[in-house]
Amino acid sequence: MAGFLQQVVQGLGAGAIYASLALALVLIYQFTGIVNFAQGELAMFSTYVAWQCMAAGLPFWVALPLTLVVSFAGGMLIERVIIRPVEGAPELTIVIVTVGLFIFVNAAAGWIWTFLIKDFPNPFPGGALELGGVSLSFSTLGVLGVVALVMGLLYLLFQHTKIGLGMRAVAANPASARLVGIRVGWTLALGWGLAATVGAVSGVLVAPLLFLEPNMMAGVLIYAFAAATLGGFDSPLGAVVGGLVVGVAETLAGAYVGFIGSDLKVGVPLVIILGVLLLRPQGLFGRAAVERA
Amino acid sequence: MSGPTKVDDTTAAPAPARKRRSGTIPARWRWIALALLLAAAVYAPFQLVPFHVFQLTMVLVYAVALLGLNLLVGHAGQISLGHGAFFAIGAYTSAVLVDRLDVPYLLTLPLAAAVAFLVGFGLGVPAMRLRGLYLALVTLAIAIFLVPLLKRFEELTGGSMGLTLPKPVPPAWSGLAEDQWLYFLALGVAVLAFLVAASLLRSRVGRALHAVRDNEIAAEVMGVRLSSYKTLAFAWSAMFAGVAGCVYTWVIGFVSPDSFTVNLSITLLAGLVVGGLGSLSGPVLGGLFVMFVPSISQDINDAAPGVIFGLLIILVMYVAPQGLAGLAGRLIKKIPRKE
Repeated sequence: MAGFLQQVVQGLGAGAIYASLALALVLIYQFTGIVNFAQGELAMFSTYVAWQCMAAGLPFWVALPLTLVVSFAGGMLIERVIIRPVEGAPELTIVIVTVGLFIFVNAAAGWIWTFLIKDFPNPFPGGALELGGVSLSFSTLGVLGVVALVMGLLYLLFQHTKIGLGMRAVAANPASARLVGIRVGWTLALGWGLAATVGAVSGVLVAPLLFLEPNMMAGVLIYAFAAATLGGFDSPLGAVVGGLVVGVAETLAGAYVGFIGSDLKVGVPLVIILGVLLLRPQGLFGRAAVERA
Repeated sequence: MSGPTKVDDTTAAPAPARKRRSGTIPARWRWIALALLLAAAVYAPFQLVPFHVFQLTMVLVYAVALLGLNLLVGHAGQISLGHGAFFAIGAYTSAVLVDRLDVPYLLTLPLAAAVAFLVGFGLGVPAMRLRGLYLALVTLAIAIFLVPLLKRFEELTGGSMGLTLPKPVPPAWSGLAEDQWLYFLALGVAVLAFLVAASLLRSRVGRALHAVRDNEIAAEVMGVRLSSYKTLAFAWSAMFAGVAGCVYTWVIGFVSPDSFTVNLSITLLAGLVVGGLGSLSGPVLGGLFVMFVPSISQDINDAAPGVIFGLLIILVMYVAPQGLAGLAGRLIKKIPRKE
């Protein structure tokens, strides 16, 4: 039993990371209807920015806010410069542009920082909390705490500030939002900035566990997609729940299903994505899209 | 080709899906140009050093794969981020048949095509119920999943070590060197693939696909069965990728899971977009691009091909949604000629 609980805890830790990247995906999807295939790469790039700051001698807790600010600005800039021209274009065009962004950011990071693996310090202390035979490492607790914090802050932003109200209005109906005086373009940019910031958090959380290298997020991205699909692409809460479920499912499948083992675990998100799309395409918490034919 | 379909050049938004083939070049000139191209293609291997012949062979291999991807993306308007997986399936089918069952290598081509078609069909049935975006997700997940899957079935696929195969020996009557023989095999397959694709697109099927791409609802009202055409487009395009993979195995003589990572899938999509979505010459230009841009730019930096690919894709979507093929078409139209 303790072994099982241990696996669940481990899964929650992994799931929290998927959740944070899924949250970034959902933020952008909510506002623009775009699934940003470059989200993981942007997170990776942000992590390199943090690494660079620390390499320059800054302590982690100074480098982190600096990175978040840079990511926020970067996200907004990308929306303004790269996404803006294809706003409203067919899905195919937008997906291809974000894939182009994916390739570009990945290669740019490789160009600037080389493809060699870099060590990234873990911001959380090393020990673990023993609880009834289950060991909760501080790192897992820290990751869960950070994701909860991000979720809480987003909730406050969306539900209790004027900016958040405006953002929800844009997500619900851009045309009406524009008519009541909300600057839709800037709100979209704000959404991208927020997403990049949340993504940066996930990158910084992943890096100590996976080592920092340009392809670091490629593996995480597919889990984040599964999480967002499971939770519903338009629900931030769903993204977090989905992330945790995907993390636990993946860990348990790897540990207890002999055929899957640790190497075929990456099949779990595929099965989840396919299953959700076929049975409940809007996800657990999403709204079903109603189309007027 | 078709009559003087006026192409509207005042595209407001870059929308590759909406544009049509520019059928403005007279059919006669097209045939002459094609014949010249083919003559040059036949002549080339006798003039080039083996390494360059090998490179051209790989261009043909990529062109066949892109032709398949183009059917799906350019003509049916569906996105696949996982075509490397079908390429891999074709490559591995051929390799396993030759290595384990001693099947003559030429015979592996139809078998690889059949296996890729069936897998594509099987995956297409659930995948095609999904809208564009989700299809991209699922195909991406498939491409990622394939690598560990290939490593797992070690007794069949050779695991991460892969399979090494003898290269096809040129028959004595031909008098060709190995690289030249491989080149002509690839050329033959490519020409065949292009003929199949061209006639497919000119038929009822092609018109149905274009209708699906341009307006699903209208197509459905006109009696096009969306799900069956989309699924078939997926299966065909998987088949072309599988054929390309099979020829790849002949040419390289080695397959391993790490040759078929997600990067291959993404590179294929990049090549197609830059080459030109929805045109028949796009895949060839894309093949040239996929082959030569990395090998030339890698001298600058390991990351240079990626930077160039990424920037070009975005740029192409903005200014030339039909890619290089579309640009070439536009230039040709500028040349004044007698009616």
